[in-house]
Amino acid sequence: MKILNAQNIEVKYQAENGEITALHNIVFSVEKGEFVSIVGPSGCGKSTLLSVIAGLITPNKGSVEVCGEKVTGISQHIGYMLQNDNLLEWRTIWQNVLLGLEIQNKLTPQNKERAKKLLENYGLAGFEQKYPSQLSGGMRQRVALIRTLAVDPDILLLDEAFSALDFQTRLEVTDDVYSILKNENKTTLMVTHDISEAISMGDRIMLLSQRPASIKEIINVDFGTDKRIPTACRTTAGFTEYFDYIWKELKAYG
Amino acid sequence: MDKSTVSAERAVYLKKQQREKRLITLCRIGFLLLFIVLWELAAAVGWIDSFILSQPTRIVKTLFNVADNDLHLHIAVTVFETLAGFALGAVLGCIAAVVLWWSDFVSKVCEPYLVVLNSLPKIALGPVIIIIAGAGTKAIIFMALAISLVVTVMEMLSGFRSTSPELIKMAVTFGAQKRQIFQKIVFPANINTLFNSLKINIGLSLVGVIAGEFLVSKAGLGYLIVYGGQVFKMDIVMASVIILAAAAAVMYEGVILLQRLVMRFYRYR
Repeated sequence: MKILNAQNIEVKYQAENGEITALHNIVFSVEKGEFVSIVGPSGCGKSTLLSVIAGLITPNKGSVEVCGEKVTGISQHIGYMLQNDNLLEWRTIWQNVLLGLEIQNKLTPQNKERAKKLLENYGLAGFEQKYPSQLSGGMRQRVALIRTLAVDPDILLLDEAFSALDFQTRLEVTDDVYSILKNENKTTLMVTHDISEAISMGDRIMLLSQRPASIKEIINVDFGTDKRIPTACRTTAGFTEYFDYIWKELKAYG
Repeated sequence: MDKSTVSAERAVYLKKQQREKRLITLCRIGFLLLFIVLWELAAAVGWIDSFILSQPTRIVKTLFNVADNDLHLHIAVTVFETLAGFALGAVLGCIAAVVLWWSDFVSKVCEPYLVVLNSLPKIALGPVIIIIAGAGTKAIIFMALAISLVVTVMEMLSGFRSTSPELIKMAVTFGAQKRQIFQKIVFPANINTLFNSLKINIGLSLVGVIAGEFLVSKAGLGYLIVYGGQVFKMDIVMASVIILAAAAAVMYEGVILLQRLVMRFYRYR
């Protein structure tokens, strides 16, 4: 089932000193439950693409359909995770997790129960009354993910979501987040500048060209297993091949 | 920390810390006492003219004298006027800051006026204020308000604006309306800014009140100071200034106390 469908997206930015075309003729679709990594040269418009899908930016041309509905504003089908965990320091973990539901006026007992289950399932039981400053970086990122999952989005957008973490935490969080997302059967689009991260998590990798970005290639990633562990993938022979290929492609842009 | 687990090194460290703290308190009190004693001595020996510069014992005597003559009334008037100007300035200033934060257009239009109003000495408006508000308490409160308002607006606005854009974007992706962004992100993120501006404001509105009382008043510490000066009783002036300093300190501490209570409510860490 196609859950996301992007048609001929074009985005132009207007500034005082001119016009910049960020995205040009982007066409792709994503199946339910898929994990798509998006890589491209820095500044090519990867994050702009996510913003369009999330409804933060209206494209100048083309359209995005999520779950069969055209995106016209902030879509409730979509959960967005940014670079920092953006937990509110003055709220407890529990209050942080409920923020999205609060904003969307969906604080029903069922939804609260769901949020509680998520915390329990992913190793945060007993931390509800703690404050973000009392948690490790990895745990904070997990709380941020649960906050996003609590509103039950169909598609998750990760915008360099792990790049603020130190390397070791980052690897741990990658495994955590990947298993949570697969467990919850969520569709995910992840923008990253880390090629290894893109390969180890993605079912497919979308390679964008330089600005104005268009899709250069979509690469299928297959490690011959349905249940992969991202960090474990990094040591397989296939991984290096994917890495070299993408590295060469990116370098070709200079 | 468990007392039984304190190591010898830690005990030494703690002791050193405590000794330093005690020394600081001791020096503070000692300095004040030394100053009072020197002042008294200088006046008694005749190094300074106690008629002009007064003298601690005379100030104490005056304090008791004035205390019989409605001192509590003067204190109450000044404190009331200050708190009224302070509260008005804080509330109106916050409201104005919210409006300016809300609308970029309004804030761009208002910017030059704010800059001018901020650098204008509001005391210059004294005569205008007296004519508008009448020669009385109202004019004095107005003066306190005029002095504290613009600073509050500028301070709060810059606080609101410096709220992490990432936090705001996070709320926006959940579909937050502007009102929710303010309520759930921008305002709580700026509780500290609010109290910092309140701490400045309590002093500023006191300046406004005293200036106002210099111009028009029948009571208050500012009135006492002017009166003392006019009848050349420096003891009254000095005594009033000392009470004023004490009142200012108490009100400042009051704001800090309020901050602690609110922070406990928000459970800031």
